[in-house]
Amino acid sequence: MSIDMAQFHQVFFEESFEGLDIMESGLLNLDMGDVDSEVINTIFRAAHSIKGGSGTFGFSAVSNYTHVMETLLDEMRDGRRQVTQSAVDVLLGSVDCLREMLSAIQDENEIDEVSVAEHKKALEIELNGKQANSQVADVEISEQAANEITAIPNDSSESVWKISFCPHADLLKTGNDPVRMFRELSELGDLEVIVDLQGVPPLFDLDPEECHLSWTLILKGDVPREEIDDIFDWVEDECDLSIQVLNPLEEPVNVQQPEPSSVVDQAIPVVSLATENPANSEPKQDIPVVAKPAKSEEKKAKAAASTSIRVDTGKIDTLINMVGELVITQSMLSLVGEKFTSDKIDQLKNGLVQLERHTRELQESVMNIRMLPISFVFSRFPRLVHDLSSKLDKKIELKLVGEHTEVDKTVVELISDPLVHLVRNSLDHGIEMPADRIAAGKPEMGTITLEAYHRGGNIVIEVKDDGKGLNKDFLRNKAIEKGLLDPDAVLTDKQCYELIFMAGFSTAEKVTDVSGRGVGMDVVRRNIQSLGGNIEITSNLGFGSTISINLPLTLAILDGQSIAVGDETFIVPLGSIVESIKISDKMVNRVAGKGETFRLRDEYLPIVRIHNVFNVESAKATKLTEGLLVVVDGQGVRCGLFVDDLLGQQQVVIKSLEANYRRVEGVSSATILGDGSVALILDIPGLVRLSNQ
Amino acid sequence: MTQETDTQEVEGTKLENSVQFLSFTLGEEEYGVDILSVQEIRSWEPVSRIPNVPSYEKGVVNLRGAIVPIIDLRERFNLQHSEYTNLTVVVVLQTILQGRSRTMGLVVDSVSDVNNIDAQLIQSAPDFGTKVSTEFIRGLALVDERMLILLDVKKLLKLDGEDDAEEDDDES
Repeated sequence: MSIDMAQFHQVFFEESFEGLDIMESGLLNLDMGDVDSEVINTIFRAAHSIKGGSGTFGFSAVSNYTHVMETLLDEMRDGRRQVTQSAVDVLLGSVDCLREMLSAIQDENEIDEVSVAEHKKALEIELNGKQANSQVADVEISEQAANEITAIPNDSSESVWKISFCPHADLLKTGNDPVRMFRELSELGDLEVIVDLQGVPPLFDLDPEECHLSWTLILKGDVPREEIDDIFDWVEDECDLSIQVLNPLEEPVNVQQPEPSSVVDQAIPVVSLATENPANSEPKQDIPVVAKPAKSEEKKAKAAASTSIRVDTGKIDTLINMVGELVITQSMLSLVGEKFTSDKIDQLKNGLVQLERHTRELQESVMNIRMLPISFVFSRFPRLVHDLSSKLDKKIELKLVGEHTEVDKTVVELISDPLVHLVRNSLDHGIEMPADRIAAGKPEMGTITLEAYHRGGNIVIEVKDDGKGLNKDFLRNKAIEKGLLDPDAVLTDKQCYELIFMAGFSTAEKVTDVSGRGVGMDVVRRNIQSLGGNIEITSNLGFGSTISINLPLTLAILDGQSIAVGDETFIVPLGSIVESIKISDKMVNRVAGKGETFRLRDEYLPIVRIHNVFNVESAKATKLTEGLLVVVDGQGVRCGLFVDDLLGQQQVVIKSLEANYRRVEGVSSATILGDGSVALILDIPGLVRLSNQ
Repeated sequence: MTQETDTQEVEGTKLENSVQFLSFTLGEEEYGVDILSVQEIRSWEPVSRIPNVPSYEKGVVNLRGAIVPIIDLRERFNLQHSEYTNLTVVVVLQTILQGRSRTMGLVVDSVSDVNNIDAQLIQSAPDFGTKVSTEFIRGLALVDERMLILLDVKKLLKLDGEDDAEEDDDES
């Protein structure tokens, strides 16, 4: 019987990448002076499971590599080795290297042998403590190592290994299968297996789930010791194992266990037992296989789409409870409906109210499943800051606040790159060099804070630094110099800061590999706007700046206000509505006889007549006093939308217009109303643009 | 033996060469589209109008959760507009455009038949000069002494202004 291991690969990769993340964050948290042994243990465990997993799936390159890491970590764990900065750096490098190896395997690409060999050598050097702690030496030696490593496989010669393997009785219960191990051994070289049946009890006492056999294995061939160790790695604690090298000239048969007679005597039953043994061990394997197909197929289908989501079981339980309630309500309603009389109308109403509540709760919990904590994005930043700050010779502390704030999965995926950009900018441009900071009377250590929190129906992500802040005049002059701004233009503070979002704008004196090419901030803003969010900057010269990103919680559902214009229904995102008012002629002013504005408290706002902009012929209200004015604020653009009437608030599912059709100016997307008809969701900034034409 | 396989191959190629077309009418004219691109045939239902688009783009409908645009083919071809009745038919076409699957409905007068047409017998449309635009026409074919105008679905489903929109994207 063979199991298609490939079906578990996706799970293995996911777990391994998670393990790598754990290792990375653990390594970054290691405090040089006072090492927490629990942290090292966590790192070690993560490494160990990656090694074990990769061994099982036959990714020997990964398991060999992890083995070296593990040895180093093991020594740290036992306190035999100091945790030094250089060791941590080497380990961090290895985490990257492992990640590359795993992604290469996942994408079925070739592993970059040279870089792996380099990292491995660096690890081995660290392990053997041969080199000075300087990083330069590190690189040089590892380059040498790359050349050496190719030579290594040639110098091990033909050898004969004698392995005596006496598993403990519960070996099979832990899911290990000696047959599989022997098969792997036989791939390494010429393998001879001799079984010792002495421990086998009479049939009556035999527990099929226990292992009573022990083996003596003779392995001939060009096999390094580590490879044998790797195979037995999973069972080392569950067996008595001795591995010896024999003189290759000697006949292996002569060097057998103290009781050769028994082995020889039993030599013939080997065949029959070999078939019996799988019979013993296979039921053990069958269990997971039988139980899993549904799950693994699902996994596979998901892998084809290359996305999957890990959901807290608690959320699923809530969902199931919710469905239970829904079923109860449904049965109650059908009972009422079966023999309906007019006196049951109250019961029906109650039922419908319950149904509505349950549907809404169900919807909320389904949406909740798509929610992930923002820490998925934040967790990559400690590493980024660590690497960049040492590269730039700056001392920076990263603070993460509100990592448990939950956001829609799509947002999590799309926000990551813009955030990286913003943090890099803060690091490079925001925080000053330590000397400058001391001169400015600030602590030497700069602080960057990443904070996420909910505000209304939005999530706010802030990147805050206590660096030098933005210099308005400097920004202005730069923009004029680059020809992006009219020298006579009068700008508010906010507009000045927003200059950095213009394409081609860069304040960096010279282009570094960190930033300064002047592409980026415009892309950041565009990405965030495409997510339906906006980005704002506040800054205090000399004290730092804050960039806050405002994003909708989810991209699939929107709280909307339906409005009527003639026969047509449109949806305005509820979040963008400030208020709805009825206006009198006195409030309206005209600019150049055409542009209508109205005064709302201290502000003059333009009026956008939807029936004009969208050419709705059936509009009832054409005089401003006949309809309603919905004051909206979309991405900083405020205006009053003139509509016939407000209909009602509802949650709408966003459907793309572009999937089959195309982008329509003034409309962001569409939705399907309760009666099955399609309504358009308005795009406020687009509407204003349209009305200005 | 060899002869048999030869004839089979000839038959096979014949089958491969023949294409099935769904034919429909617009006024007096008869048109055909490749049947493989036809998803379904529906009756006319009121649409949700889309503002500021050419008048032949009638609007969008909800097709089992997907938003699908409806194009009036008469107006698209500058034929005289006719009132929509219960008998007006919408042919829903699906094709791959720019790597994406696109679905769109065409309003036509009525659907008539499915015809097998040998690909070799499809003639290219004659040049009418500027009088008649032939951009959507894949070719002409003769079916039972009637002329069938075969339409190119991909070109048909590519809407005006779409290219502009893409250019905009590139610029920004």
